[in-house]
Amino acid sequence: MTGLPLIALVGNPNAGKSALFNALTGARQKLGNYPGVTVERKAGRFSLSDGRPIELVDLPGTYSLNPASPDEQVTRDVILGKQAGERLPDALVVVVDASNLDNHLRFALELIALGLPTIVALNMVDLATRDGLELDANILSRELGVPVISTVAVRKRGLDHLRSELESMLDGGAGRVRPTGEQPDFEGLRKEARRIARAAVVRETPSRRMTAAVDRVLLHPVAGFLILLALLFVMFQAVFSWAAAPADLLEGWVTALGETITATLPPGVVHDFLLQGVIGGVGAVVVFLPQILILFFFILMLEATGYMARAAFLMDALMARVGLSGRAFIPLLSSFACAVPGIMATRTISDPKDRLTTILIAPLMTCSARLPVYGLIIAAFIPARSVGPGIGLQGLVLFLLYVSGIVGAMIAAWALRLTVTKGQSGGFLMEMPKYQWPRPQDIAIGLWQRAVIFLKRAGTIILLTNIILWVLASFPQAPAGVRQSEYSIAGRIAGGIHLLVEPIGFNRDISLALLPSMAAREVAVSAIATVYAIDAGDDEDALNRTLGERLQGRWSLATALAFLAWFVFAPQCISTIAVTRRETNGWKWPMFMMGYLFVLAYAAAGITYWAAVAAGLG
Amino acid sequence: MRLTDLPLRQPAYVDLIDWNALSASDGQRLREFGLCEGASVEALHHGGLLGRGPIACKVGRMTVAMRRSHAAAITVRTGPQEEDA
Repeated sequence: MTGLPLIALVGNPNAGKSALFNALTGARQKLGNYPGVTVERKAGRFSLSDGRPIELVDLPGTYSLNPASPDEQVTRDVILGKQAGERLPDALVVVVDASNLDNHLRFALELIALGLPTIVALNMVDLATRDGLELDANILSRELGVPVISTVAVRKRGLDHLRSELESMLDGGAGRVRPTGEQPDFEGLRKEARRIARAAVVRETPSRRMTAAVDRVLLHPVAGFLILLALLFVMFQAVFSWAAAPADLLEGWVTALGETITATLPPGVVHDFLLQGVIGGVGAVVVFLPQILILFFFILMLEATGYMARAAFLMDALMARVGLSGRAFIPLLSSFACAVPGIMATRTISDPKDRLTTILIAPLMTCSARLPVYGLIIAAFIPARSVGPGIGLQGLVLFLLYVSGIVGAMIAAWALRLTVTKGQSGGFLMEMPKYQWPRPQDIAIGLWQRAVIFLKRAGTIILLTNIILWVLASFPQAPAGVRQSEYSIAGRIAGGIHLLVEPIGFNRDISLALLPSMAAREVAVSAIATVYAIDAGDDEDALNRTLGERLQGRWSLATALAFLAWFVFAPQCISTIAVTRRETNGWKWPMFMMGYLFVLAYAAAGITYWAAVAAGLG
Repeated sequence: MRLTDLPLRQPAYVDLIDWNALSASDGQRLREFGLCEGASVEALHHGGLLGRGPIACKVGRMTVAMRRSHAAAITVRTGPQEEDA
């Protein structure tokens, strides 16, 4: 916690708060959590024109101070000075959408009445103008009794004005309305907001509304649905095809780093440890950074353009069949990137049983941590040939793996809804934001944050698991003629696991990788890479072969396919289990989740293996 | 007529909302979306491949999506809008 003046950004969802936050703070942002709740705390710094630093916190968007979900609760508590881990803000910047004043002013009035120094940012005035709406900020300011500044956050317009107004406000100037002590009633606020909104409109001409026109296509019952499917398909194809070049580049760097170590360090334990445990393991995971960023790029774009709410609308009827709401589609789609933010995003679902069901099936969405595993196996075992115009076989297999996860999740949701989360389903009520072009900087900031999180994971949890694995797999030293990966401690533990998984076609390599990859799925790749590096020892030929080539020599196609099927379902991620425990307040649901997912994984891998062997692929 | 029966893209306004047919939290959310007696509404899209999905409608200057069960609680009237709402 700092002693800087704290300013909170508040407003309705879709008022452009986050864009304003990014425009003011740039890359100087810090993501954290409020203690006790999993709501993300997004804070950053910026300077006033006289250079004074200010801390800015971006609060979750909400429609009123009457919270309907956990994240709206945080907004309310921060503003009232009741939130643990946050001091009472010194001032509020209330962000309102210029083209939706009737609605947003009602909340603004509620906030102004609290008596904190307040500035209203009349945001997205350009879009209002596009819709034929001309507003007078001075009239608004007079009626509201606080400064009103026109902004276009995405074009950085009005920011200097906002800064100088904040400056005079913090110096004890305007912006404070004496609290009346009365709790304003909803109906009164609504009428007042409507009166002020009408007073502020200088001119209103009906004009072509881009959003309505686009929605006619994108929300069309048939065309809209096909477009959604096509978008998802393109997304998954891109993950493979766009990432190839940057992944090769990274791979080259990792190899070069390994060669440098070989050239500079004398042979011995340190050399082996760095080469096999660190470079071999972590390097094998880091090369998947491009694919993960491409996936996040699509998800960030879908969110920033306003399309995500349309996807939820299109999916609601389908989701309702398995007892979920269309709203669950958003956390589930985020879970394709990572189940942790996906599970955290379920807090926007107000119905507790809807929310629990969504949490329990979120790990079935193919997260980006599976990509290294899928990527490695597909590249090694599925030929890179075309099966149609623009459709590669590898991309198609990847798409099928994603589909398996989705179908599995839908069946699981249906079954859960009939049993453990039985009960009336909640509704689906959602605002459809206007479409807009995302600002490249906003997307870049989002990608940067995700890249940092991924590399931190690689540098901490994955590295640590790999070091432990390397030690266990390197000692005791195997006598000549015996494979090190079987003789070592890790090899003996794997031998035990092997008994369990042999029926579903898993070999000893996989058995060895399963336990460490409980920490994180990518570890399966780094673990296999480390073990092969240890087994190869100083054998130049073996070292020069890629991991994929080595797999081809040791695994049958049936085993590879069973391994893929296992990873569609297996709950191998400590972070997901931890966030589930936090979100459900106990161990009951994370334990249940692990249990049912392992059963599914075992069955899926088994069926895949036996079917493949029967088809002559064993 | 009910909002579920309102033809697409025909401007109307809310005549009556049966708040008792809605849960307290759904009712509150609808109010926050600006739905109240007298508000202007226009049905824009029916979701779902078989037309049993949610309804997207314009309420004032906002587009909101709701399930048919919510829309069924809202009675609308077409014609010129009352000014005092």
